[in-house]
Amino acid sequence: MITKKDLEHIAWLSRLELSEEDREKYTPKLNSVLDYFGELDKVDTEGVEPTYHVLALSNVFRDDEINSPTKSLSQEEALSNAPKKHDGFFKAPRMM
Amino acid sequence: MYENPDGVKIGLEVHVQLNKLKTKVFCGCTTDYHNDPPNSHVCPVCLGLPGSLPVINKKAVEAAIKVGLALNCKIEEHTQFYRKNYYYPDLPKGFQITQYDFPISSQGYIMIEGEDGELKVRITRAHMEEDPGRLVHEGTIDKSKYTLIDYNRSGMALLEVVSEPDLRSPKEARRYLDKLRNILEYLDVFDGNLEGALRVDANISIMGGQRAEVKNISSHKGAERALLYEIVRQKNVVRRGGVVVQETRHFDEAREITLSMRTKEEAHDYRYFPEPDLVPLKISGWAPAIKETLPELPDARRMRFVEQYGITDDHAKALTSELKLAIFYENVAKKADPKTAAVWICDVLKGELNYRNLTIDSFKKEHMLSVIGLLASKNITEDGAVDIIRTILDKGGTPEEIVREKGLIKVEGDIVETAALEAIKENPQAVADFKAGKEKALNSLVGAVMKKTKGRADARAAREILLGKLG
Ligand SMILES: [Zn+2]
Repeated sequence: MITKKDLEHIAWLSRLELSEEDREKYTPKLNSVLDYFGELDKVDTEGVEPTYHVLALSNVFRDDEINSPTKSLSQEEALSNAPKKHDGFFKAPRMM
Repeated sequence: MYENPDGVKIGLEVHVQLNKLKTKVFCGCTTDYHNDPPNSHVCPVCLGLPGSLPVINKKAVEAAIKVGLALNCKIEEHTQFYRKNYYYPDLPKGFQITQYDFPISSQGYIMIEGEDGELKVRITRAHMEEDPGRLVHEGTIDKSKYTLIDYNRSGMALLEVVSEPDLRSPKEARRYLDKLRNILEYLDVFDGNLEGALRVDANISIMGGQRAEVKNISSHKGAERALLYEIVRQKNVVRRGGVVVQETRHFDEAREITLSMRTKEEAHDYRYFPEPDLVPLKISGWAPAIKETLPELPDARRMRFVEQYGITDDHAKALTSELKLAIFYENVAKKADPKTAAVWICDVLKGELNYRNLTIDSFKKEHMLSVIGLLASKNITEDGAVDIIRTILDKGGTPEEIVREKGLIKVEGDIVETAALEAIKENPQAVADFKAGKEKALNSLVGAVMKKTKGRADARAAREILLGKLG
């Protein structure tokens, strides 16, 4: 059961600011999502190999070659979407 | 038996950059960025741009297996990646790709020299992950107004080596780090001289109390200092009747203190979940073939040096503590007396290099061979040999040139004999003192002989000759 306090914690972890109205609305919604997943708990998984990954693939590699498969960007390209920059650096608010 | 009076328990998490690879772990950006401008070696993958997909570097996996095997770990049959979610500007995606319950290797150990002899330090796991970017703060971290970010480092292949809390003192922690670093260098997966190559988080508790996690330690010397500080801090808390709380602390390298980092996010909530963009690895089958390619590791080489060259264990240990030094020694020992070589390299050259903050790269093996040759043919004195080594390091030149310029060729027989007679004649007081039983007076006579021969006499020989004459 998700309480309003849990919701606030989850919102904080995702850096979402929720209004009081949002909080009232989302708490029951998240609970219904959780209830839906609760259905899975009813399935008997005794002796079933866990699914580690949704794709039935393993061992996909790239070689240790420069620009393979993706190419590096220039500094200018890299910073082109940055709202704030300084001397080639991305600039962000102080984190503490 | 080491008593461990304060009940110190230390476990280390060491982040090692696999910086000998050509490219980062999940993209084709170069690892050779150390002298380049910020954000000049980045791509959509290591910048975390939407729609980009990571693909793992095969060589990075091989290197991780290599390290795992060298640390006596088990290489896991099934290994996979997870997303560790948290917000910090050094992580462009809002999560770090790392490993969780299926690390690539686990349950190993390293042998180190402990407070009371050999100590087995258990390795819990060594797992793969990506390096975050580098943050730059104007001024200090707690006063800076904003954060500057360079993502050149973002996506470098890291190995996080986690130990059990088996270390009992800051000294043991330093030795563990030295040994780990030494092994990594032997494996040729790591260059410890590059900035950011090795970073340490330390967990430390005393007397069964709660542990503090100290972050931001960037060197083995830093680790020892941070831990020494932390032990004193925790002891003071207990002495004042307080309780050490479990928390994360930041090591301030400049001030050599640790600071509490308690923030709202202290309750870590990383919400790990499997990384959907990377498929699992099934690579334990590679281990036997990789094991075949493992080079001789420091402990094995140390034992071989003792056996093959008949040198002392202390010399063998000093020589193998750095791969380049071990190679240098072997090259010299092949062509000269191995014991003499060990003495001159360990007891003289290494000290002179340390004193000048130089590495063995600054000295040619041919020069060491010449010095040993000149000594063996009794052409120079031991003092002369030390002089040659110092001169090469300070000014350059070859041993032969220095011998000629400084006139270091040893003088023998008659000349020393004459100098001894003169010294006795000119220092009647010293002679009288010596005859009266003051053995130290002989030193001043030896000094006089050395002065007369401009240091080219062998001090021991001069002593013998003087004793003969005064006898
Ligand atoms: Zn990249």
